[in-house]
Amino acid sequence: MSTMKLGKVSGVMRSFGDRVNGLSKTTKIIATVLIAFFFYILPLLEPPLISTPGSDFGAVMFTVATYALVALGLNIVVGYAGLLDLGYVGFYAVGAYTVGVLTTYHAHWPFLLVVPVAVVAAMISGVILGAPTLRVRGDYLAIVTLGFGEIVRLIANNTAWLGEAGGINQIGKPPNVEMFEVPHLNWDSGTPLLDLNDKTTVVQFGISDQIPYYWLALTIVIIVLFADRLIKDSRVGRAWEATREDEDAAELMGVPTFRYKLLAFAMGAFIGGLSGALYATKTSFINPESFVLILSILFVAAVVVGGQGNRWGVIVGAALVAYLPERFRGFEEWRILVFGVALMILATYRPEGLLPPRRTVRARQLEAEIDALEEGLDEGSPA
Amino acid sequence: MTESILEVTDLTLKFGGLTALDSVTFEIRKGEILGLIGPNGAGKTTCFNAITGVYPPTSGKILFQGQSLAGRKKFQITKLGIARTFQSIRLFKTMTALENVLVGTDAHAKSGLLNSLFRTPTQRHEETAAHERALELLRFMGLQRKANDLAGGLSYGDQRRLEIARAMATNPTLLCLDEPAAGFNPAEKKKLMELIRRVRDQGYTVLLIEHDMKLVMGVTDRIVVLEFGRKIAEGKPEEIRDNPAVIAAYLGVDEEDAS
Repeated sequence: MSTMKLGKVSGVMRSFGDRVNGLSKTTKIIATVLIAFFFYILPLLEPPLISTPGSDFGAVMFTVATYALVALGLNIVVGYAGLLDLGYVGFYAVGAYTVGVLTTYHAHWPFLLVVPVAVVAAMISGVILGAPTLRVRGDYLAIVTLGFGEIVRLIANNTAWLGEAGGINQIGKPPNVEMFEVPHLNWDSGTPLLDLNDKTTVVQFGISDQIPYYWLALTIVIIVLFADRLIKDSRVGRAWEATREDEDAAELMGVPTFRYKLLAFAMGAFIGGLSGALYATKTSFINPESFVLILSILFVAAVVVGGQGNRWGVIVGAALVAYLPERFRGFEEWRILVFGVALMILATYRPEGLLPPRRTVRARQLEAEIDALEEGLDEGSPA
Repeated sequence: MTESILEVTDLTLKFGGLTALDSVTFEIRKGEILGLIGPNGAGKTTCFNAITGVYPPTSGKILFQGQSLAGRKKFQITKLGIARTFQSIRLFKTMTALENVLVGTDAHAKSGLLNSLFRTPTQRHEETAAHERALELLRFMGLQRKANDLAGGLSYGDQRRLEIARAMATNPTLLCLDEPAAGFNPAEKKKLMELIRRVRDQGYTVLLIEHDMKLVMGVTDRIVVLEFGRKIAEGKPEEIRDNPAVIAAYLGVDEEDAS
């Protein structure tokens, strides 16, 4: 039964994808710009039901954007290259701590200068972790990376220079470019009204108003999406996929698999570090408690729930993982339980995620067709 | 006498106490189809694995066009010009047929991450050339209509042919086929042998492992026979056919006088 349902759902998805591909280039560009614009103004609209009652909607949207960024990075490692990384929070922490250290009492570098340093530091940590460990496979890699995440946190916790358990305060902000103010919408009366008492300055990175940080994060997500597409749709992407499918065969077809796995790790770390840098500057305060193991698990959950291997899928997964707990803050005590149950249901009925890559869907349909043929229950599907 | 492109000298491979290959010596000459035959467990695939770098030899030498293959990584050996297929099909199942072949053509590509990210002229040029070559190979194998099908969804025969196309895409000098006709019916086998001959006519040298004696006799130029890891015979098909040791290996004799 479940496979039949799944077949129907993915059939709809496929036709949706075909329809999108059938549009003219101009239409596609206009649609993309409109959708992007909608996401930019979403925290200003504060639509009822979607907006979060318990916490600042702008801040929640920022969290969603950073999770999306993390998911895109982890998707390269887990989804494309097929390497299970359970210590991804380590790269996130390296990015955040680099920004923390270099914009506070050790050095007062400007934020924009620190960000490249932070991502390079994260990348180097990725290579340092990957070079010895990518020789092991599967379960072992998962265990080693799990350890890495903890090691980074423990180092931060025990190094005076990194603030020990107290963490780092007053982390630098991105530069402000104040141009104009935009009012938010207010839905209190049931209809949307411009609320002139609640304005966001474009672009001022303050403390109370988180929306500019969201814009910054969203911009980076969009850039990373483009880059991800260019890389995936090339020799590099093919090498990753081949390595994931059959490492030995890939190597024998001329793919230097170790180098490509290391590259996937470095790219993942790059994006993870970027996300950590954004997090550090937004909260302006970090401590080891911000980088606990459960975050790594949540990141992997975002990728798996969304559909590993599909960049849109993992963004959906990240949005759910980051947004739902905030939306339902009222049920705080229950949310981990609900989350766990949701994961179990998903694992049973949609093991490849909410929005798996098209080819995974195709592969699954094929399998179902073959099963049906073998059982002699095939109802005239094309052979 | 034509030049030899691969020289295997005293190749020995031991797994613990088991000797899989026992000082095997043979050569492959440019432009020929060399058959490697023998009963199950004779060491044919092990020999392949040693040549393509999967197992490092315990002792002995493998020279490819004068260069020693010792200590080289698998992908480096592929780049030097040796490509192979697998006895049990090992395609990249969730990739399309075209992408499978493209992975092969990528073996010699120069553009890496940055070229791909910025779509430099080098990258675009390579990509176009790779696509053309891949489609040409698919056409050669009769798979052009299935270019965008997932490899895992192809029929058994198509998968076998796709493996050959993928190996050819790495632009090898020596193409090693490990039982490409396994699981085929006689008519399909005949067609495949025809295809292998056409592959050779394109300038590739072919090393062929095959079980079916009749088939091997029909397509190969020379044959090397292995039994229990040792070479028991070498020569033209008609010589092999009448060789008592080979007949004994295949049919079995009471006394162990085969070697």
